[in-house]
Amino acid sequence: MTLDNAATAAAVPTGGRPLKAAVTRAQGGARRRAFLLVLPLLAFVFFSFVVPIGQMLHRSIHNPAFADNMPMISAWFRDHPTGTVPDESAYAALVADITAAAEARTIGVVGTRVNYELSGTRSLFTSAGRRAARLEPPYAESLPALDDAWASPELWSAMRNVSTAYTADFYLAAVDLTRATDGSIVSVPADRKIYVDIFQRTLLLSALITGLCLLLGFPVAHLLATLPMRYSNLLMILVLLPFWTSLLVRTTAWIAILQGQGVINSTLVALGIISDSERLSLVYNQTGTIVAMTHILLPFMVLPLYSVMRTINPAYVRAARSLGASSWTAFRRIYLPQTLPGIGAGSLLVFILAVGYYITPALVGGASGQLISNLIAFHMQNSLNWSLAAALAAILLGVVLLLYWLYDRLVGIDNMKLG
Amino acid sequence: MALPTYASPLERLWHLVYLVICGLVLLFLIAPILIVIPLSFNAEPYFTFTEKMLTFDPAGYSLRWYDTLLTHGMQAPDGPRNAAWWADAWNNSAWIRAAKNSLIIGISATIVATVLGTVAALGLASPAMPFRRLIMAVLISPMVVPIIITATGLFFFYSQVGLANSYAGVILAHATLGIPFVIITVTATLVGFDYSLTRAAASLGASPAVAFRRVTMPLILPGVIAGALFAFVTSFDEVVVVLFIAAHDQQTIPRQMWNGIREQISPAILAVATILVIVSIALLTTLELLRRRSERLRGLTPS
Amino acid sequence: MRKLLIMSTALCALALPASAQDKEITVMSFGGAYGASQMEAYHKPYMAMTGIKINSVDADNPATPLKAQVEAGNVTIDVADLEPSDLVRLCDEGALEVLPLDELPLSPDGKTWQEDFVEGGIYECGVGTIVYSTIIAYNGEKTKGVDEIEDFFDLEAFPGKRGLRKSAKLTMELALMADGVEPADLYDVLGTSEGIDRALAKLDSIKSEIVWWEAGAQPPQLLADGEVTMTTAYNGRIFNAMIEENQPFEILWDHQILDFNLYVIPKGAPHKDAAWEFIKFATDTQRLADQASFISYGPTRKSSMALVGLFKDGKTQMAPNLPTAPEHMEGSLVTSVEFWADHDIEISERFNAWLAAN
Repeated sequence: MTLDNAATAAAVPTGGRPLKAAVTRAQGGARRRAFLLVLPLLAFVFFSFVVPIGQMLHRSIHNPAFADNMPMISAWFRDHPTGTVPDESAYAALVADITAAAEARTIGVVGTRVNYELSGTRSLFTSAGRRAARLEPPYAESLPALDDAWASPELWSAMRNVSTAYTADFYLAAVDLTRATDGSIVSVPADRKIYVDIFQRTLLLSALITGLCLLLGFPVAHLLATLPMRYSNLLMILVLLPFWTSLLVRTTAWIAILQGQGVINSTLVALGIISDSERLSLVYNQTGTIVAMTHILLPFMVLPLYSVMRTINPAYVRAARSLGASSWTAFRRIYLPQTLPGIGAGSLLVFILAVGYYITPALVGGASGQLISNLIAFHMQNSLNWSLAAALAAILLGVVLLLYWLYDRLVGIDNMKLG
Repeated sequence: MALPTYASPLERLWHLVYLVICGLVLLFLIAPILIVIPLSFNAEPYFTFTEKMLTFDPAGYSLRWYDTLLTHGMQAPDGPRNAAWWADAWNNSAWIRAAKNSLIIGISATIVATVLGTVAALGLASPAMPFRRLIMAVLISPMVVPIIITATGLFFFYSQVGLANSYAGVILAHATLGIPFVIITVTATLVGFDYSLTRAAASLGASPAVAFRRVTMPLILPGVIAGALFAFVTSFDEVVVVLFIAAHDQQTIPRQMWNGIREQISPAILAVATILVIVSIALLTTLELLRRRSERLRGLTPS
Repeated sequence: MRKLLIMSTALCALALPASAQDKEITVMSFGGAYGASQMEAYHKPYMAMTGIKINSVDADNPATPLKAQVEAGNVTIDVADLEPSDLVRLCDEGALEVLPLDELPLSPDGKTWQEDFVEGGIYECGVGTIVYSTIIAYNGEKTKGVDEIEDFFDLEAFPGKRGLRKSAKLTMELALMADGVEPADLYDVLGTSEGIDRALAKLDSIKSEIVWWEAGAQPPQLLADGEVTMTTAYNGRIFNAMIEENQPFEILWDHQILDFNLYVIPKGAPHKDAAWEFIKFATDTQRLADQASFISYGPTRKSSMALVGLFKDGKTQMAPNLPTAPEHMEGSLVTSVEFWADHDIEISERFNAWLAAN
């Protein structure tokens, strides 16, 4: 490739126009060829991933549950600016909407939507739904008579926030922000702040695990790549075996090894290194998470490193040594730079996988085992708040792609081969 | 790796330390498997060594979890073990059915991901490739989005186009999850690739297809195999997509392992793991022996 | 009036006998030992009686695939087994069929469903099958004298680790009850910010000793390995460990927290009528009593208690081992579905923030 560029650079000043045109044409051909090679996969990923995920992430900004089922009060919010005190016409619209929604069995959807905004309001809507049809005007009095909450500014502010189908509120919630009654954006109370901290913890833990995998994986990959095939292929079996072992099996095996009555502690006690009362706590805490996840992700570091190291010609290092470089210098200046693509690929795989793992930290991680994917799974499976889950996932995707972009800019796959 | 004869004593010492480190890391990798194999013979439904196991009392060991793999889901598990019993096990055992599904889905998904991924990686490694960073970012994102979101999104989309509840749907979904692995490993291998080799092949009259098959492919093969392996393992250990997209008769091994985790993790999963370990050791050893044999036949010195 | 008309039409449609082509139905449940008990008590006899094939599918929580299927308009599940909080939410969202409960069979002594089902065991969208409870389990050989819920928080009298499920639900209730809140007032207290503070403060007193578990399979393992002195657990799994695996476990029933599993039919189920026929069969007095022979979860019909017999080992009386036994019901708490539907997100955020703070 570098040769191509050099040839082009040289040809332009000396060769004149026809050659330049020929080179441009040739390069256009190369671009087309390269693009055609990528096209089938791109089309495949577009249909089997980008479109479906796009639809899913769309939920993070679009939730029409309130706007669709409560049309009249939504219209009232559109016509009256933030801060307008609700009058009789607002209450009448609200009661009419609640009555209609109760009849269409959508009052629960409406209540759930408002509940995301203001906790404890879901049952307010469902119970009002059962009685709204019997209410008499003036509704501004009869509705709050059912429950004081109907007159509270917090509820009206929450309803205003959810009255548009498109909203940024789920993203606000995903970064521990919320809207005050006057519409301004404020931080949530300190005792409910959780997502930003968990994002940070997830990224830090993933970076730590990536570093550990690199530290442990590099010597092993090097050994495998430099041993004669007949030995390295047999040792390779040891790297591959954990792969065939289910995540669940490996996680439970680590519990059996690390726990208080487990293999390590029992061995240490039997050898008299520690006493029975001072068994180490190695699991159900951060240590357990790090050990188990490093183990699970280590093959993802070793294999890319190995496949890159295999292609490195040992003559370069020998040449450096013969020119007087110490073994450390030869390693640092000649060998290491050539392994950078492998380090890059392995680190990328391990880091991204670590960010998304949650089953292992959940089972062995104790209180520190709550990572961002756990919270996403919680909102998908338990609270059924899919919009918030989608917002959290979109932020996660954004952060990881941003890191990927930074990494590509700073380390850059192109720069790597220059060492 | 042999140490050069000119190595200093310090280098010899370092080399020894290096070998010890490698040994310890390999031990770390294999440790859980060393635990799993004896535990799969536990007579108790727990994941720890009992007193009886530690004193090598035969009563502490049993094959009951291996038996479960056959009998669970059978029509008549208690009958005499004749041909009809084995046919029943082959057709109805939940674990055997899951193993069949896992293989069908895993192999198909790996083929789709590896072929599409390798071809695309060739294009992506070319400096002429337009929008490379953007395209790479799109291609690796299936690895980033949490699986529960991906699975739900795929289910909605596949329901619209009629792919939900079918093998094809699960295979396509798993191929999508496997693609980033193929892309990342193969492009990494191609970065160090010397393109003058393909030019040399072309100048000697090889068509691009021949040059790819005879020159490029053998050189990038380790990367392709690593990518394919990652893709297969991703499919082989995936639960959530199967839960959403597979029909009730398309359950896979991991689904079978995770189900019922609300009450009990069945130690049968240790038996499955042990069987897989033995099969893969046998498979990999055979491959290595075949490789050595073909080397001898081709008259090469063993590498 | 219009509402009545729609209702009665729906009733007529549902009341029609299963059509001839409904030769199979798909039932989604939680799997494991519980799934096996449903297989023995409901599925097998129903298949033998009617010739209809039942496909059993398992999920961690059937609510998630069910919601996805209904929203995508591609429903393959005919009957799903749900927890009440999911049931109420999905029912409110119109994702479940409203069931013609009056068609449910009467109890042998002629009681209607209103009189026969326990409170919280039946909803307009779902019919309860089992009552299970979260109890405190401990190793009876190593720990003696545990007789009230306060002991769980008494690290001096009972030193050692405590196992708790890593979720706000159940944990917060347990903490408040141990702090002296009566079950009747519990949700009023937990509904306030001070109540949440109070529960978290109680948990703070043992925070350093807690081993958090995630899957119901973990607590018996933790107890068997001696990792914890006491742990919360689902009663059915501990019973199995005691009877079938001869583990020296004991159950503290004081202030047990009761919960239910219920059968529902998703909107758009492909074999809706056959599904309803199956639910009517599975939730009759005899079938609910049969189920208790395979796992120690109580029946949702009061009339079933009298028919509960021996465990499948043929010698253990089941009735005293069920959460619904009268002596265990005293001081017990029934989880409030409405409360958690309203407050799940807020309390979970507070709980997670507390968990993350060191």
